[in-house]
Amino acid sequence: MSILGKLSLDSIPYHEPILVTTFCVVALLAVVIVFLITRYNKWGVLWNDWLTSIDHKRLGIMYIVLALIMLLRGFSDAILMRTQLALATDGDPGYLPPHHYDQIFTAHGVIMIIFMAMPFMIGLMNIVVPLQIGARDVAFPFLNNLSFWLTAGGAILINISLFVGEFAKTGWVAYPPLAGLQFSPDVGVDYYIWALQISGIGTTLTAVNFLATVFKMRAPGMKLMDMPIFTWTCTWANILIAASFPILTAVLALLTLDRYLDFHFFTNEGGGNSMMYINLFWAWGHPEVYILVLPAFGIFSEVVSTFTGKRLFGYKSMVWATASISILGFIVWLHHFFTMGSSANVNAFFGVMTMVIAVPTGVKLFNWLFTMYHGRLRITVPVMWTLGFMVTFTIGGMTGVLLAVPGADYVLHNSLFLIAHFHNTIIGGAVFGYLAGFAFWFPKAMGFHLNVKLGKAAFWCWLIGFFLAFMPLYVLGFLGMTRRLNHTNNPQWDMWLYIALIGALVIMAGIVFQLLQLYVSFRDRKENLDTTGDPWNGHTLEWSTASPPQVYNFAEIPTIHDIDAFTDMKEKGTAYVRKDNYAPIHMPKNTKAGMAIAGCVTVMGFALIWHIWWLAALGLLGGFISLVSRAYTSDVDYYIQPDEIIRTESAHLDSNNVAKG
Amino acid sequence: MILLLTRILSKIALAITVALLAGCQGGVLDPKGQVGIEEKQLIIVATVLMLLVVIPVIFMTLYFAWKYREGRNEIYEPKWSHSTKIEAIVWTIPIIIVIILGVITWKSTHALDPYKPLKSDKDHINVQVVSMNWKWLFIYPDLGIASVNELRFPANVPVSFQITSEATMNSFFIPQLGSQIYSMAGMITKLHLIANEPGTYKGYSANYSGPGFTGMKFNAIAMDSEADFDKWVEGVKAGSISGVKNNGILDQSSYDELAKYDLHAHVHKPTPVQYYSSIQPGIFMNNVMKFMKDYGTVDILEGTSFDVPKMRQMKNSNMNQGGMSHGEMSHGEMNHGSSEDSSHKMHMEEDK
Amino acid sequence: MSTTHMNAHIAHDEHHDHDPAPHNVFGFWLYLMTDCLLFASLFATYAVLFMNTAGGVSSKDIFELDFVLVETAVLLVSSVTYGFALICARNHKRASTLMWLGITFLLGLTFIGMELYEFHHLIENGNGPQRSAFLSAFFTLVGTHGLHVTAGLIWMFIMMVELVKSGFGSRTVTRLSCLSLFWHFLDVVWICVFTVVYLMGAV
Repeated sequence: MSILGKLSLDSIPYHEPILVTTFCVVALLAVVIVFLITRYNKWGVLWNDWLTSIDHKRLGIMYIVLALIMLLRGFSDAILMRTQLALATDGDPGYLPPHHYDQIFTAHGVIMIIFMAMPFMIGLMNIVVPLQIGARDVAFPFLNNLSFWLTAGGAILINISLFVGEFAKTGWVAYPPLAGLQFSPDVGVDYYIWALQISGIGTTLTAVNFLATVFKMRAPGMKLMDMPIFTWTCTWANILIAASFPILTAVLALLTLDRYLDFHFFTNEGGGNSMMYINLFWAWGHPEVYILVLPAFGIFSEVVSTFTGKRLFGYKSMVWATASISILGFIVWLHHFFTMGSSANVNAFFGVMTMVIAVPTGVKLFNWLFTMYHGRLRITVPVMWTLGFMVTFTIGGMTGVLLAVPGADYVLHNSLFLIAHFHNTIIGGAVFGYLAGFAFWFPKAMGFHLNVKLGKAAFWCWLIGFFLAFMPLYVLGFLGMTRRLNHTNNPQWDMWLYIALIGALVIMAGIVFQLLQLYVSFRDRKENLDTTGDPWNGHTLEWSTASPPQVYNFAEIPTIHDIDAFTDMKEKGTAYVRKDNYAPIHMPKNTKAGMAIAGCVTVMGFALIWHIWWLAALGLLGGFISLVSRAYTSDVDYYIQPDEIIRTESAHLDSNNVAKG
Repeated sequence: MILLLTRILSKIALAITVALLAGCQGGVLDPKGQVGIEEKQLIIVATVLMLLVVIPVIFMTLYFAWKYREGRNEIYEPKWSHSTKIEAIVWTIPIIIVIILGVITWKSTHALDPYKPLKSDKDHINVQVVSMNWKWLFIYPDLGIASVNELRFPANVPVSFQITSEATMNSFFIPQLGSQIYSMAGMITKLHLIANEPGTYKGYSANYSGPGFTGMKFNAIAMDSEADFDKWVEGVKAGSISGVKNNGILDQSSYDELAKYDLHAHVHKPTPVQYYSSIQPGIFMNNVMKFMKDYGTVDILEGTSFDVPKMRQMKNSNMNQGGMSHGEMSHGEMNHGSSEDSSHKMHMEEDK
Repeated sequence: MSTTHMNAHIAHDEHHDHDPAPHNVFGFWLYLMTDCLLFASLFATYAVLFMNTAGGVSSKDIFELDFVLVETAVLLVSSVTYGFALICARNHKRASTLMWLGITFLLGLTFIGMELYEFHHLIENGNGPQRSAFLSAFFTLVGTHGLHVTAGLIWMFIMMVELVKSGFGSRTVTRLSCLSLFWHFLDVVWICVFTVVYLMGAV
């Protein structure tokens, strides 16, 4: 075996024009970005203020940048697939042979769920949760930075697979025995394993971090049942992460042993049982969809109550509904494989349990409705996303309950109906929620407003594009079209496949509008500064800080008397109080240790994928040494002195008064 | 370029014409078998029930957003956030609907259990299905023939399928006849279907299984009468059906030959239909057992609910290769038990 | 494997942050709960696969209960000695803390040694993890526990070096408390392994 393991020049797909073109575009973009950073002399800023930052707000922004980049990657995959399926009809093979096409649908699923939706959700949680509970940061700021870089490391690995070797050709679930060594001897599944494993550990640590934050660091007076609803939904999502991601870690480790050391967990031979993988995978996979959607529910709650200028209707109901969704989410995983031959009793049990989840979800919808009732709804961009969600998600929920009826699932399982359903809930539920949250908290995080016209254009393109792209898939499911087909030969399916492509193109227009919105808003930021810190007349503590928030969040930790803590302060006149003296604030210093550790682990992952054992050992050792040396670094903190706090606070209060005239 | 454009335009025109003419022919909503018909009814009933909530919610969303928008002088109560009456209603309505749906689900799941033989005055025809990379092998154990990528049976006669896989996991699915079920190596799953009218129905693998997956199609042909079917069986036995290759006997060596695949082939052509005029007895079971023999038994479980006595019996009967068709039935049940076991274990895991 | 290893290490870093606040121990406890679920998944896998011997040895054939009993006793005693170490650490008694840590370390090392001997013995006789699903599950479950113990030993070694070099710093006792949680947790897991794998397997 060579010193580079399985890696050789043949691993570079230079004979595939699509990949070479992509590579050139990515390389060109990288050159442009490097040039721009150098020209504006921003390397220092990038390194000192961002990459090594352990400030939860900056980490949150970096998570969202990562999510947006991955959205572009995952969406290009989607466009490639829809184009292939629109061209490859009536026996035409299309332009993507299975070897390429199968990697694309696998990558699309993994990227959109693990590297787009998760970072987006965790990014919003990072920015908002510590502010909402009146904390100065998360419980373990350094660990937060490490989690981010582990997630980024996984994302880097999955993107390397585009140009070095190949990605898995198994579907995003990577069921064995197909994902085993016998049927997938190439490095694709190994990229899958290590990308998920490394980012998954980062996610687990994030959950531990935020649970400790929420349970130990709430401002005085804030009881659990006084926590803002977004914080509550994030907390339940974190409980789900802490309880389900270890299962993913375990099942991926078992698959790794099968592939690397010839173990027999999921092989056909040697007594392996692939059903075990499927059960364990979905014991993580089902809670995972609630991890994605619960924080989105929290965002909608915040948006509706803020923009109707009202308290949230049925706060307690909302919290308990979230709790029951989380707990029930753990006992329904079998509905992903009713067709595996379980007995009628087992299938019926899991079917009914799944339906029960519709009850708390329905309650949430009604509670949003009654929050609007007798309110003063301002139709802003976040509100449009919310209304779009309520209409779209209701349909997705309905098809979900339909799929939970085993008798119906027997004919709809693995068909395009299923694809339509989960896109309906993940796009119509989670993604719309994140985009609502993005528009809602953008001025808070960045200090300036987003362009409204382009925001609305993006919304309408997404909404219309969604219906055009996915309603035809429901029809195709009824017409008997199964998922992951490379080409078709059924004239009745054609028209629907064409409409779906048009829908995908309309969504693309939505994404273009969104990028344009970011560009225009950044260009005109001077005219659109948010000087108030409270652009929407918000209810919760994050709006009491400046935009963007002071590095220490709160000069003095507030005392809480109400769920809508900031509204309460504004009404009592205790908001915006100027003080002459502050206690010094103890702050953690930025560090490159997180990058160093995650970098070493990523190198180890890459080396393991290509069987470069010496490099893997080096990566592990490097990670270990950086960890221990971080543990024994004493120069980790500093104090912000009172005079500086006074300056910062006065600046915030002055600009606030100017804004109020 | 223009050529491409014309081609695309003509394709679109064709697609629209077909869609207008055909409606939803040929899919799940156009069932031709008892199982499929019941499943279609179930889908419709469940959908209508849910629309009872869904339509009001969508309507209320749009109405409330319009009625309580800023600038209209509607009532404004910023502190109103609780009403026991409304809370009771919004919890009760979904609960009632879910209870009704739950009852329907429980009953229909038992009625439509794919493992349950169908009620019919005729005996089931036994077909053993093997998914291979990437083709379907259909063995008729009682008739002593086999076919590849073509499934024939008489209309109005129930068919009992025993399904396994030689390689990766697939799902055996004929949309117009109803339920699908996974095929897995070393395990037998079961499915019962019937065609209520003669015709040629498309069959697929519904579970992605590798590069040749798209070509894993077959025609399920429900023949006009049992006489026609018998004639076809005789034809296969005699090797007298023209246009279809007859491979002779399906024994272990020709089975292995058929099961060969090329993972790295650039193009995967669908395997053409072919017949086997005779079969080696027990060929299906032998190939299930070559994986299943690795599932051992453990003495401490003897007599407990985890014990699998049939498994032992099978193991013994496998020693002497004969009498396969007796053992097969109990095998299917074994699998049923084992999947229940695995979910049972998952419960234990949750408890921890 | 290396990932579980990593996991343990990353997590025990939590309490190295700027502020030796009480939530460090709570955070570490949360991490242990996630680790607990990892073991639960491995137990479930073992329970499903332990009959699948592929014609090879079954759990009845390979376990030597006397040997494992000694192994168990060694690990349980090490938990007690760690308890003494922690009491001494809380009173900032450097020498006796070091002594008890040293004893615990040696006991842990003995445990790992015995486990490696058992594994070696099995593999020598052709009963390695590649033989059957049962053996795969056995080696993975017991081996994961062993890797955790090894991680704990490395951590303990680093703590001893810290004590020798710089005595009790502001964060030393918090770190020792987290290690204590980790060490006792591994004891509890081992009791489950001993019961489910060895006792129920050998009877």
